[in-house]
Amino acid sequence: MNSVPYFVALNTFRESVRDRVLYNLIFFALVMMGAAVLVGQISLGIENEVIINLGLTAISLFGLVMAIFIGVGLVYKEIERRTLYSILAKPVHRWQFLAGKYFGLLLTLAVNTALMTAGLFLALLYVKHSIAASDVHVLIAVYFILLQLALVTVLAIFFSCFSTPMLSTLFTLGIYVAGVFASDIRDMGALTNNTALILITRATYYLLPNFSNFNVIAATAHGDPIPLTLVGQNTAYAAIYIAAVLLAASAVFSNRNLK
Amino acid sequence: MGTPAIEIEGLTKDYALGFWRKKKRRALDGLSFQVQDGEVFGFLGPNGAGKTTTIKLLMGLIFPTAGAARIRGRSIDDVEMHRDIGFLPEQPYFYDYLTAREVLDYSARFFGFSAAERRERVDRFLEKVGLTAAANVQLRKFSKGMMQRVGIAQAILHDPKVVFLDEPTSGLDPVGRREVREIILELKKQGRTVFFSTHILPDAELLCDRVGVVVGGKLHGVGTPQEMMSIEVQGMELHFELPAGSALPAALASGATRSGAIYRLDVPEAQLYEAIEQLHAAKARILSVTQLKPTLEDYFFRLVGGEKGPSYAVEVSSK
Repeated sequence: MNSVPYFVALNTFRESVRDRVLYNLIFFALVMMGAAVLVGQISLGIENEVIINLGLTAISLFGLVMAIFIGVGLVYKEIERRTLYSILAKPVHRWQFLAGKYFGLLLTLAVNTALMTAGLFLALLYVKHSIAASDVHVLIAVYFILLQLALVTVLAIFFSCFSTPMLSTLFTLGIYVAGVFASDIRDMGALTNNTALILITRATYYLLPNFSNFNVIAATAHGDPIPLTLVGQNTAYAAIYIAAVLLAASAVFSNRNLK
Repeated sequence: MGTPAIEIEGLTKDYALGFWRKKKRRALDGLSFQVQDGEVFGFLGPNGAGKTTTIKLLMGLIFPTAGAARIRGRSIDDVEMHRDIGFLPEQPYFYDYLTAREVLDYSARFFGFSAAERRERVDRFLEKVGLTAAANVQLRKFSKGMMQRVGIAQAILHDPKVVFLDEPTSGLDPVGRREVREIILELKKQGRTVFFSTHILPDAELLCDRVGVVVGGKLHGVGTPQEMMSIEVQGMELHFELPAGSALPAALASGATRSGAIYRLDVPEAQLYEAIEQLHAAKARILSVTQLKPTLEDYFFRLVGGEKGPSYAVEVSSK
């Protein structure tokens, strides 16, 4: 077993815990509790829908902010502070270091998301006094959010390999927003009847991570079932996309002269 | 002679400058030398000479524009070669959210030690660098000197065959410097190769089997500190007293200075015996005869074109 990425990942997770990154959970818990109390009073009959909508959106937003803002500094900070000098002088390949940093942040995001999901279920319990079997769809929606965060993190870490945190944030945010509207970009090209534009927009569509497929928050809130095929498709898509970007990041990072 | 510990052949490093990265700055220019197994090798040079660049190239942190290097016969591109080496970066910085014990444990993990082995090694090396009492303190509370000690411990705790230390004594107080010197000497006693860069020349003089001087990215000589220093003997210095009523021989008057009752005379080595005979004739009491020998610092300053440093006198006889 190649355990180097595992050691680096554990240390990255430890860094998040020690740097009190998970403190945002307290804020999240307060928001959820407050919302649950408020919603319970003002939205008769649709409390469930509002709480799920609000909760999943908050989980997604909190995760996104963490993924981008921690992700863009993940490698850059190591280079700036020269903490990776002593690590790379050990029998550690650069790709192993990079994979470790990536999975370490992913672990942080997963723990963060799991705890926030527990908070969401507590809020549901407070409002409805019970948890229905159909609420399991919330877990699928959370899984999709986690896949989105994994995609955003890999983009952030990719830019972090060669760019400053400020630029990396802009690039990652830009790609995220474009990725949310990936289908629209393709459709817009198709409307023009211009072959070149159609080709460009189609290429952009395939290159960008398609985040719209991962957004099932509204459907989940309405209680619509989420097809299992979509779970499979999204998992495979995210895995392939992440692997490709991680490979590209490794190639960039492995050839980079450290200052 | 077996495989050298370090072989460097024509190592060159250019840095691209400017927005379009079309301008080049040569940081290292065709560096070639070898360090033998078990040697303590001092890599000397002023700031910006290329010392750290060389070490970073050897560690695989940056890549050469031209040339090659091998450590214990293996290319520097071979990551597995790093099992045999230890590295202390210049002004080391480690994860400040970790304690000293955690940093060392983290470092030890990459070498495949079991949990029990790691514990034993971490304790042993914390003691060696004098950090046992601060073992469980987060590094953010450490001074520069303490950080340097952590750096040294993580560089040697896996018993590497070749140890690279970039300015190991900089930032340390006299006690810390002495402890680092002792660690280097202990590594030498264990048969390990130590390659260290420094601009603290007395350290190099004291510790090194051989030194290399790099200036402006070019190597300006490799040899033992003694070879470097004995390139030219600067002359002889005599201290003497004259009895009351005796006059200083006229031939020696131009090279002599007087401080109270004691005269000091500088003469070329070839004229020493002639000067002594004249002083005998004048009934002078010779207090000491010493050889004026250039220090490594003198040699260094000559190379870098700076001001000449003070020489020290090596006593060869006294009465």
